Amino acid sequence: MIFATVTKELLIGFLDNCQIFALTLLMAIPLGLIITFGSMSKFKPLAFITKVFVWIIRGTPLMLQLFVVFYVPGLVFGIPMRNRMAAALIAFVINYACYFSEIYRGGIEGISKGQFEAGQVLGLSKSQIFFKIVLLQVIKRIVPPMSNEIITLVKDTSLARVIAVAEILMAAEEFAVKGIIWPLFYTGVFFLLFNGILTLLFGYIEKKLNYFRS
Amino acid sequence: MALLEVKNLKKSFGKTEVLKGISFSLQKGEVLAIIGSSGSGKTTLLRCLNFLEAHDSGEILLSGKAISHGGNESLTDEQLRNNRLHFGLVFQNFNLFPQYNVLENVTLAPSLLKRGSDEEIKQTALELINKVGLEEKINSYPCELSGGQQQRVAIARALALHPDILCFDEPTSALDPELTGEVLKVIKGLKSEDSTMIVVTHEMEFAKNVADKVIFMADGVIAEMGTPEEVFDNPQNEKTKAFLQKSLESF
Repeated sequence: MIFATVTKELLIGFLDNCQIFALTLLMAIPLGLIITFGSMSKFKPLAFITKVFVWIIRGTPLMLQLFVVFYVPGLVFGIPMRNRMAAALIAFVINYACYFSEIYRGGIEGISKGQFEAGQVLGLSKSQIFFKIVLLQVIKRIVPPMSNEIITLVKDTSLARVIAVAEILMAAEEFAVKGIIWPLFYTGVFFLLFNGILTLLFGYIEKKLNYFRS
Repeated sequence: MALLEVKNLKKSFGKTEVLKGISFSLQKGEVLAIIGSSGSGKTTLLRCLNFLEAHDSGEILLSGKAISHGGNESLTDEQLRNNRLHFGLVFQNFNLFPQYNVLENVTLAPSLLKRGSDEEIKQTALELINKVGLEEKINSYPCELSGGQQQRVAIARALALHPDILCFDEPTSALDPELTGEVLKVIKGLKSEDSTMIVVTHEMEFAKNVADKVIFMADGVIAEMGTPEEVFDNPQNEKTKAFLQKSLESF
């Protein structure tokens, strides 16, 4: 009976992890692309500011960023952050968008100059060249590093615990304080299953894109 | 009136002057071969004509109309794209789009530029693919083709937009020797259809047999220009003589 109760409680907690995961991906994937364009911009000040921003975000712990987003509005501006989930999402989206942007940049810079030029001599516009010629080649290149990052994101969602988002580890801790330790280890199963599915999915995408070589 | 006229074209990369004032003209239907040693500026000249590099000064005229005077910097994206459409370019290393099959490589630009209905575009593409002899490969991807086949697709792709002038940048230099023939044959076939072409090449025999006009470039200038007979059989410039001697030397 207790097993069923624990599973149910953990599952409710894990829904929060899933929510952070899904919404972070949904927003960080396009935001990362915007950051990439910023850091690759020919307008030097913009490229510089973007690079400094990415350096700060990648150079400090995500846990610290969660604290900053959650506490700083209240401490500095007197407007306390009431929604813990929203705070967690802001921190996660910004953090992951920066990591994604660097992966994208590597992917774009790895495409040979000839691909851009072939598009240019055919009279295509910059956006046509990007979306119709370069993008799929970039996607093929970045699937492996993105898989890595996305699997890390699944596990990182439990960091939201530090600002008391009721995610799975927090749910397990509630049993722990009552003297039942094993649910804490049981949480690992949830992450393993989730990442197992993701691994299969990424393998499938990689295989799908195997029909061409760039 | 000449189809293409280039007047005093100059281009520097940093402090290195790569083109030191290039002038020539080309009639419709003529084939121009540009020869010369590596670093003489041949490829840069071709890239300037295709507006992949911004020339610093000089004029490019098409049918008497200047499409660029003194640098591309002042051209808008739209003007650049329109100018590029007058020229087609076949690259040394093909640069086919790897994720598209042969047919899609040829139809991509015409459909994005809305050059007709899907059916018309497909028909034209099939005819061109036929012309380069790859009708059995329309569904193949570039990675499944040999270098020579890839280059023939690249030629069909460039032709699909009906450029006024088709340029080739050392089209056979990246090919195994046994594959150069099939590509040169296609180019030769285009000549018989009165296409206007500029071919940068190291294939001296080809230049001699196919070109109407030959330019020998050395150190960023045109050292010698004339008919193939004049340039190959009776070169005036010492540099041309030395270059030809080296190129035609048999081992």
